[in-house]
Amino acid sequence: MEEFLSLTLGGVVNGSVYAAFALALVLIWRSTRIVNFAQGSMAAATTFIAVAVIDSGQSYWVGLIVALLAGLVMGALIERVIIRPVEGGPELNAVIVTLGLFIAIQGAVALFAGVNQRAFVPPFSNIGYEVREGFTLLSLSPNTIWTVAAVVVTMLLLIALFRFTRLGLAMRASAFGQEVARLLGVRVGRMLTLGWALAAAVGALAGLLIAGDVSFISPTFMDQLIVFGFVAAVLGGLDSPIGAVVGGLLLGLALNYVRGYLDDSLLGMASLVILVIVLLVRPGGLFSTTPARRA
Amino acid sequence: MAEPHGSTASGHGLPAASGPAGSGTGTATALLDVQGLSASYGPVRALDGVSLRAESGRITAVLGANGAGKTTLLRTISGLVRPTAGHVVLDGEDITRAPVEAMVHKGMAHVPEGRGVIAELTVDENLRVGSLFRGKVGREEFDRVYDLFPRIAERRDNPAHTLSGGERQMLVVGRALLARPRILLLDEPSLGLAPRIVAQIFGLVRQLVDSEGLSVLLVEQNARSALSVADTGVVLNLGRVVVTDDARTLAADEDLRHAYLGF
Repeated sequence: MEEFLSLTLGGVVNGSVYAAFALALVLIWRSTRIVNFAQGSMAAATTFIAVAVIDSGQSYWVGLIVALLAGLVMGALIERVIIRPVEGGPELNAVIVTLGLFIAIQGAVALFAGVNQRAFVPPFSNIGYEVREGFTLLSLSPNTIWTVAAVVVTMLLLIALFRFTRLGLAMRASAFGQEVARLLGVRVGRMLTLGWALAAAVGALAGLLIAGDVSFISPTFMDQLIVFGFVAAVLGGLDSPIGAVVGGLLLGLALNYVRGYLDDSLLGMASLVILVIVLLVRPGGLFSTTPARRA
Repeated sequence: MAEPHGSTASGHGLPAASGPAGSGTGTATALLDVQGLSASYGPVRALDGVSLRAESGRITAVLGANGAGKTTLLRTISGLVRPTAGHVVLDGEDITRAPVEAMVHKGMAHVPEGRGVIAELTVDENLRVGSLFRGKVGREEFDRVYDLFPRIAERRDNPAHTLSGGERQMLVVGRALLARPRILLLDEPSLGLAPRIVAQIFGLVRQLVDSEGLSVLLVEQNARSALSVADTGVVLNLGRVVVTDDARTLAADEDLRHAYLGF
């Protein structure tokens, strides 16, 4: 029972990070119908920028803000300069471009930061609370609470943006009806840039949260997360921010049970098995409205 | 694709007896002036020197068979297709090279073919997109659109993909009205709709033109219905203007109807 509780809590924590990453993928998919394979290395880059800021004597929080801003700028620049020419073209072109970007950014990070692992100190203690004499919940620590809270707040902010603001409506209109939106005076290009910028900022947050969770970073430390984030996003239907979060949590729980009851080494395979099952049973994801719409 | 019987918006059949209220060609009040417009899709020339004028407070119908260039004409006017030659002048201002996003600011709203609802958004959100560029817009303007189209008012919180074809057409016309255009470009609004719904929508457009001075450039394959509601007709064939004349004169010209209008 204690083990189950511990694994469940750990699943929620990991899941919330997958969720943040899936949110980033969903934001880009919604606006430009592109799966951004470079998301992981972009997040690694912003994490290293944050580390450089922290190394220079600033606090974690200054590093976090700089990383988020760097994410915004990087996302906007990448959309404008690299993605814009392949938007609306064959899907494969965009996939190749983001794959190339993934490798290029990872190489650039390695060039500046070196390829070795280095330690990352989280903003709060990673030591679990002792819930009762002799039983410490490893996955319930000040840092994991911060991690989950940060993801939940981010999700709520995004939902508020999309649902209650004119800017959010313009972004959704641009995502779902580009030509109509343009005819109605919406600056669609700007909205797509903004979508990428927001996504990269959310990715930057995910990068720092993971770094705090695993305590070690290297230029490739986000690589596995792109798989988990992608599975979580597909689980949630790729189009839905709420779906991304629920998908992330479900995946986090499932993988943590695999980790706890089976074996650590099965994680990658388990996530892909889940992906295959989702694609077979509900290809539109758990929250898909697509069948109704296509009918 | 002529309708079985002449159930039309204005109610009276064809041909009508009364003379033209205004000549179709060359008065000084043209709100939209299209001059020698040409456009190509690769090697295929879709528009070949098309000139026409849409006058203020009138309905100008562009008619012709499939492939005559009607849709391309509207898409070129609103900037979705770049012309290879010619000019588009709106109220004295040359807007030929203006970006698509700017057209609605200049008072032109283009309702594209195929209804153009944003399926994932609700009815109300679709309407709100129409007024986005104007900043904050009072609720009463939305209520006015809902009054015009009570059927979509009932569905306002439903996603637009749940609407029927007729409701979608009402939604996109209502959405365009929220952009407060001076001229409305309507692309094939009758497509796939029952004659009763077509008559209803055309009647409403006529009413808006008469009561609010809206101008409409209407592209239609359904020439019979379009001519019954329009003031002026422009017949397009293979990217060229064949004839421009008063709508009733066109409707009365049997040879022309048989040759180009299919009724």
